[in-house]
Amino acid sequence: MARKVNLRIWRGDSNSGALQNVEVEANEGEVVLDVIHRVQATQMGDLAVRWNCKAGKCGSCSMEINGKPRLACMTRMSSFEEGEEITVTPLRAFPVIKDLVADVSFNYKKAMEIPAYEHPADLGPGEARMEQIDVERSQEFRKCIECFLCQDTCHVIRDHEENKKSFAGPRFFIRIAELDMHPLDMLKNRKRTAQEEHGLGMCNITKCCTEVCPEHIRITDNAIIPMKERVVDVKYDPARWLGSKIRRREG
Amino acid sequence: MTELERYKYDVLVIGAGGAGLRAAVEAREAGLRVAIICKSLFGKAHTVMAEGGAAASMGNVNSGDNWQVHFRDTMRGGKFLNHYRMAELHAKESPDRIYELEMWGALFDRTKEGKISQRNFGGHEYPRLAHVGDRTGLELIRTMQQKIVQLQQKDAREYGNAEANIRVFAELTITEIIKEKGVVAGAYGYWREGGNEVLFEAQAVIIATGGVGKTFKITSNSWEGTGDGHALALKAGANLVDMEFLQFHPTGMVWPPSVRGILVTESVRGEGGVLTNTLGERFMFKYIPDVFKDKYADNEEEADRWYLDQDNNRRPPELLPRDEVARAINSEVKAGRGTEHGGVFLDVSKRIPAEVIKKRLPSMWHQFYELAGVDITKEAMEVGPTCHYVMGGVEVEPDTAAAIGVPGLFAAGEVAGGMHGSNRLGGNSLSDLLVFGRRAGMGAAAYVKSATAVAVSEASVKAAADRIQAPFTRAGGENAYSLHQELQEVTHNLVGIIRTGSELKDAIEKIADIRKRSQNVSVAGDRKFNPGFHLAFDLDNMLLVAESTAKSAIAREESRGGHTRDDFPGMNDKWRQVNHISSYNGSEVVVREQKLPTLPKELFDLFDIHELEKYMTSEEIAKGGSN
Amino acid sequence: MSGVFSPSRAQIKERTLRTDKWWLQPLATFGVLFSFVIYATFRAFEGDYYYKDHLISPFYSPCLSEACVDEAVIGGFAPISAQIFNFPLSPALIILIFPLGFRMTCYYYRKAYYRAFWMSPPACAVAEPHKKYTGETRQPLILQNAHRWFFYAGLIFNVILTYDAIISFKNKDGEWGAMSVGSLVLVFSAAMLWMYSLSCHTCRHTIGGRLKHFSKHPIRYKAWTTISRLNHSHALFAWISLFAVAFADIYVRQVASGAWTNFYFFE
Repeated sequence: MARKVNLRIWRGDSNSGALQNVEVEANEGEVVLDVIHRVQATQMGDLAVRWNCKAGKCGSCSMEINGKPRLACMTRMSSFEEGEEITVTPLRAFPVIKDLVADVSFNYKKAMEIPAYEHPADLGPGEARMEQIDVERSQEFRKCIECFLCQDTCHVIRDHEENKKSFAGPRFFIRIAELDMHPLDMLKNRKRTAQEEHGLGMCNITKCCTEVCPEHIRITDNAIIPMKERVVDVKYDPARWLGSKIRRREG
Repeated sequence: MTELERYKYDVLVIGAGGAGLRAAVEAREAGLRVAIICKSLFGKAHTVMAEGGAAASMGNVNSGDNWQVHFRDTMRGGKFLNHYRMAELHAKESPDRIYELEMWGALFDRTKEGKISQRNFGGHEYPRLAHVGDRTGLELIRTMQQKIVQLQQKDAREYGNAEANIRVFAELTITEIIKEKGVVAGAYGYWREGGNEVLFEAQAVIIATGGVGKTFKITSNSWEGTGDGHALALKAGANLVDMEFLQFHPTGMVWPPSVRGILVTESVRGEGGVLTNTLGERFMFKYIPDVFKDKYADNEEEADRWYLDQDNNRRPPELLPRDEVARAINSEVKAGRGTEHGGVFLDVSKRIPAEVIKKRLPSMWHQFYELAGVDITKEAMEVGPTCHYVMGGVEVEPDTAAAIGVPGLFAAGEVAGGMHGSNRLGGNSLSDLLVFGRRAGMGAAAYVKSATAVAVSEASVKAAADRIQAPFTRAGGENAYSLHQELQEVTHNLVGIIRTGSELKDAIEKIADIRKRSQNVSVAGDRKFNPGFHLAFDLDNMLLVAESTAKSAIAREESRGGHTRDDFPGMNDKWRQVNHISSYNGSEVVVREQKLPTLPKELFDLFDIHELEKYMTSEEIAKGGSN
Repeated sequence: MSGVFSPSRAQIKERTLRTDKWWLQPLATFGVLFSFVIYATFRAFEGDYYYKDHLISPFYSPCLSEACVDEAVIGGFAPISAQIFNFPLSPALIILIFPLGFRMTCYYYRKAYYRAFWMSPPACAVAEPHKKYTGETRQPLILQNAHRWFFYAGLIFNVILTYDAIISFKNKDGEWGAMSVGSLVLVFSAAMLWMYSLSCHTCRHTIGGRLKHFSKHPIRYKAWTTISRLNHSHALFAWISLFAVAFADIYVRQVASGAWTNFYFFE
């Protein structure tokens, strides 16, 4: 059962651009990405859009649909009203390259700034023993498909370009949390650097990252807030600080 | 036009999936300068789609497991068409590759003793797949991506530049491997973003570009699976081996249409999911081939008992190798017992409690719920075969992953052939790309250290540049999108899961015709992130792959693994000894026969002689392997 | 031009293209929280109608004034504190600092008021009106890190309010065994405060979240699991407990001022 839908697609590049109206067919069970592909194959052969798996697993087709950061492959056409106009734009927190494709290199730079996992020197291949309950917290964060929707929606950088240099963003707060909660990671100062170098304190926990996460990772509750609490342990809690001095180790 | 960008590296890795990243890590750790090319963003490779796990005989769940058993399973799964040495290396080395990932920070699911947990999978005798829920591929990619970041951080500390010795070039397409004086000298390509061209000079090129699924209409592959590496290798003078063997994963989603082809992992069956037709019949019991009769249960009671007691019961037939299950589903649908959308039912909802399903198969639940609006804890899924994996690929030297015939060229992962024979076991792909990714990295490093570099000539650069410019110089030519659709129709209808000689002949002609018309593809717009432009090159690659597949398929007059001939049902001992080698003569793909290497005695002796009798001729049996 | 209007970004003039009623939630939050603040301020300064027949308003507990002196049962606080402080203003002003501080620094309320009051951001993917943003990195917002101390104080208050709820099961003559609507109101308010405190992120962290190896602390892991479940509903408890406490105060006020009669199921 095909029906006609009205799409407003942002077309342009870093110099200029505008929303363009286009009418296209949509079939039962389709998602926004299907419809964009149809536009591409029939009306705009050079419409730029990033996508890979079309199954919500690679996090490539991130864009903003009716103003909300979403994966185009996970937004079903049936979620729109009959006759509703659907506006599709590139991610608005990052520089645009062309049409629906944004320059997300910021995120790869930030990935480079997070110190890597450090394996215990005395544990050889196959010698590691970890309990399931000890790996589960980090496993939640490793579900991340790096769609960067959380980065896009985060007002700290979305609305303040100048904060980009000092703020890693939700995706990398879950990376830090993942490592800090990793049962074997040996690097000890992740809490302190999270606050002092990666801008954890900039986050005002308004939870938009959690709202947009297509993997339903509870970014704020399970990563950012626990990290903020861990930071308090080492930086802002005199009792804990004293305790750690006496026991000579960090939480 | 903007100026040509030029880079010099020791090793160029084309493809940033599991095999490519593993190769890059190895080459870098051998002290070389490495460039990694990804067609899409870093970390988006198709490897992320792998769900079930990575097969490695660690024996954590069942201590009876070891490399010999894994080797046997792999050969059996591949119907003894595998290159024995690859299967041997793979079985021996995969546990170490898994442990290595753990040392790089991967978090696999655990057993009660705190070891890496392993799950059952089709064709594997013991629980063998290291896994993380059902997103194992993502874990692999992320771990290696982060390993590369770690290497870059180290370089940043030592050299003040993170990209001093290993750099990722994201969203870049390689259009050509450049050879000078018969050896690899580099590669040429363009940035997808801006369209400007790039020359890489490198002594060694490792191809790790994955599969060819996009040649087919219904596929689990993403847009990247366009056989780039297969085509690049062919054009560079390498061979492809056994391209007729394509794995149709038995359980792809068939409804709704937008998600058609997307995979339903085998773990759904491993965890207890059963296949039924519209009559409600659990039909797999009818399709157990003779060679598997002693390993698979022939009644529901025993099959169900197996989930609780695996030592004293035979496995449920839902866990037969993929080709068997795919053919069975195909037959059921053809016999009119399929659903209205051309599939059968796969149901876990009546067998496993909802919470357990969500815990063990989280991304499956998620995928069906969000993409299709189906809650698999409450209702059955509709599934059918989808083009999933190509067993055929670049013919390589097993130990070094060096492409035969082209010094300096290496291939690993799905793009390489031989390892899986006529059919790949689930879980053997992730371990394959780790084992041979590493070996390709080692092979390339050894090659670079011993060979002398050759410079890329300006003539080669100009030829490559002209080829990229060509689609823009033609006006009013063919539309790449419609040619691609035409090709997919041809492959789907004529070179698909069930083949016949006459249809294959038809397919070869049609592919040749599309190929001719593709020379005249024109592109609208400019070079900047222009998908129409990109498709023009992908199309060229897919056409070569399709030609190779069709020509190999028409030559093989038997049915085996991922190649089923309606006009030649059943396996034939004679054909087991034959590999099909595709090469490119500059205008078309030529296929010839080549004798399969003989199993050496010590590997031959791992098998029960009666089992081998099912596959081998009496002379082969009498010989008892080579010495 | 900054933020979504930065020159490198896709040029779109709207500050948001959201088509849903994104302003509704912050507006409602603003309305409710603002009303509460107005009411609480009024009550804090009123300094009257907070005690009647073993019912004490949570805003005024522990009782710091001589109004409760005839009921030394109330922790014995009143006579002593009245002398120490000799506080000229309403005692609620001292008490309210703690629960207010707990709520002000609460991770849930922070989200709520940063969005609704400060519009930072007003809603997801809606551009905020501020030129600069430094988050919780400097004074005064860095004090949000003191949440755990308010949490500890909150626990003490929960104990006191629980005590108050128990006391409310006395009749007018000070004998046990009575139950009035007021007792139920206080019990509900105390119970919801406990749920709010226990489901709090700091509580979750303290009880087990800070551990690296759950497997070495099975009991704390169990507790953490339970609290994590409660934590899912922290926002809900935050609102319910707020309404419950406000209603408890209103109820006591009305009873103390004589506007309502506290109905006894049995005396």
